Amino acid sequence: MHMADALLAPAVAATMYVCSGTAAGISAHKLRKEENPQKLPTMAVTAALVFAGQMINYTIPGTGSSGHLCGGMLLSALLGPQAGFLSMIVILTIQCLFFADGGLLALGANVWNMAFYGCFVGYYLIWRPILRSGLFACAEEKTGQRARVILASILGSVVSLQLGAFSVVLETGLSGITELPFGAFVLLMQPIHLAIGLIEGLITAAVLVFVYESRPELLQDVDASDSGVSAKRSLRATLVILAVVAAVVGGGLSLAASSNPDGLEWALFGNTEAGYSENMGLDEETFGLSSSASETAGAIQEVTSVLPDYAFPDSESPAGTTVSGLVGSAMVAGVALLICAAGGFFRKRRANSAQEQ
Amino acid sequence: MNQVERGACELHEMDELAARQSPIHSLCPLAKLLTTIAYLVTVLSFRKYDLSGVTVMLLYPVLLFQLSGIPVRTCFHKLRFVLPLVMAVGLFNPFFDRQPMLTLGALTLSGGVISMLTLMLKGVFCLMTAFLLMATTSIDALCAALRRLRLSGMPVTLLLLTYRYVGIMAEEAAAMTDAYHLRAPGQRGIRFSAWGSFLGQLLLRSMDRGSELYSGMQLRGFRGEFHYAAMKPWRWSDTVYLTVCVALFLVFRLFHLAQLLGSLLVR
Repeated sequence: MHMADALLAPAVAATMYVCSGTAAGISAHKLRKEENPQKLPTMAVTAALVFAGQMINYTIPGTGSSGHLCGGMLLSALLGPQAGFLSMIVILTIQCLFFADGGLLALGANVWNMAFYGCFVGYYLIWRPILRSGLFACAEEKTGQRARVILASILGSVVSLQLGAFSVVLETGLSGITELPFGAFVLLMQPIHLAIGLIEGLITAAVLVFVYESRPELLQDVDASDSGVSAKRSLRATLVILAVVAAVVGGGLSLAASSNPDGLEWALFGNTEAGYSENMGLDEETFGLSSSASETAGAIQEVTSVLPDYAFPDSESPAGTTVSGLVGSAMVAGVALLICAAGGFFRKRRANSAQEQ
Repeated sequence: MNQVERGACELHEMDELAARQSPIHSLCPLAKLLTTIAYLVTVLSFRKYDLSGVTVMLLYPVLLFQLSGIPVRTCFHKLRFVLPLVMAVGLFNPFFDRQPMLTLGALTLSGGVISMLTLMLKGVFCLMTAFLLMATTSIDALCAALRRLRLSGMPVTLLLLTYRYVGIMAEEAAAMTDAYHLRAPGQRGIRFSAWGSFLGQLLLRSMDRGSELYSGMQLRGFRGEFHYAAMKPWRWSDTVYLTVCVALFLVFRLFHLAQLLGSLLVR
């Protein structure tokens, strides 16, 4: 779901920066007021862990698509919404700066789409109400709590991913980047992110249930005193059990090596046979040759096709791209090549002179 | 080498590139950051059919690649994340926007094709420039620049700390993955049922390690913020670089240079 710079107009990018920046400012302020500096290294370590976990793609069975752990829900359940939000910002920043995953100007939008919903909406509207609710109260206390954790993780991930995917469509649409009609884009994005959200929810639930069973006091809004004391294991016991589990489980599917495209790519790329031909048929009427803009363009084409081999120096096409513009672009490319050649030449000469010395 | 390990290697590679010496490396990070932002805004502000206008913006990253001696290959390797998405969004344009816009002999280009190409070029250019910023600036220097921009200290410290831990975490996760695979030969990955314990165990260990680290930092006098010892001073060359670059971007944006160049040849 990482958006590239090219998908956003500067105004939209700036707006999203302001939105995300405000949320970050309020979060930082609130954390500073809490005066719990110990949280900082814990936040950093947890963020780094989620980052490592994100490098892994999960294959969604049956669709050929793959998604990755977004982490917003996981982080806010472990650290609280404000600290989780800041940690997510840091993760997205590192991804953008060092892995070119998402653009520098699009960072504000990416933070909003992937961190804000997961951390704030996911936490305040889903995680906290469910964990504090009397759901599954009829079951045994520990089983009920575990069921609440699972439900909140899955629901939170699905809802925040749906909101995030919708925001991607909205931002791209407002930027005027794609000609894809809004409705069609939404229909492409939402279902695929529903699947990704479910998978992410399952992974988040798996991790959080493990944490709940081992160290319930680490989770937000879980009352450790009445739920997990008897089940609480020491770190050493946890390690031993895990070593055994890891040795026994031995096998599986989805860790890395998933070369399938990301959901957004799949929604747009992989669907060519299914959705896309239909959309084209639907759209020919709106975007076809009958509009007034295309009539103007058709008139221009009529003129240009009289003398197809010659360019018209003064013919301003409505878009500003003309033949002379393209020739100029070719010349720019030539200049760029010259710069490269000159750079190579000077480097070689410097290397030679260094060798002689 | 597994996927997590490759990610860690990529981080180290960027660190190594940033530690090189060149005229661009020696510039003040703040100047580079501001220039990069100016470049990105300029590129994105081109209209969606302005293909020839955008091509002129190629000159800046090309010049920077040559001056800094950063291999272009490394950058294009990173395109694999961003380009598919940009292409996917752009690929729809030729089908929906079919008004003819340009005729080159027998070839007629529709508005959709031109806007698709413009979008792709924008994507590649923005990526190259953001990559060049990080390949010529270390994360510490960049954080110092961010602090100079009066950005709140806590997120910046968090960024630095997380960046340091990411390397450790990735190595740890890679070792765990390797260990798992050695016990489960012939398997492609880790079974879904083990995911909770796999990440969860690492998480618990790391959070404990985090609090130990914090005690260590406090004993060494950490009071909530790092001190940036090697903050590069702002010199006149930085002012010149920033002014010239921003002026050039404005010229590229406001005057249709490709058009002017082309009209020298095509009459």
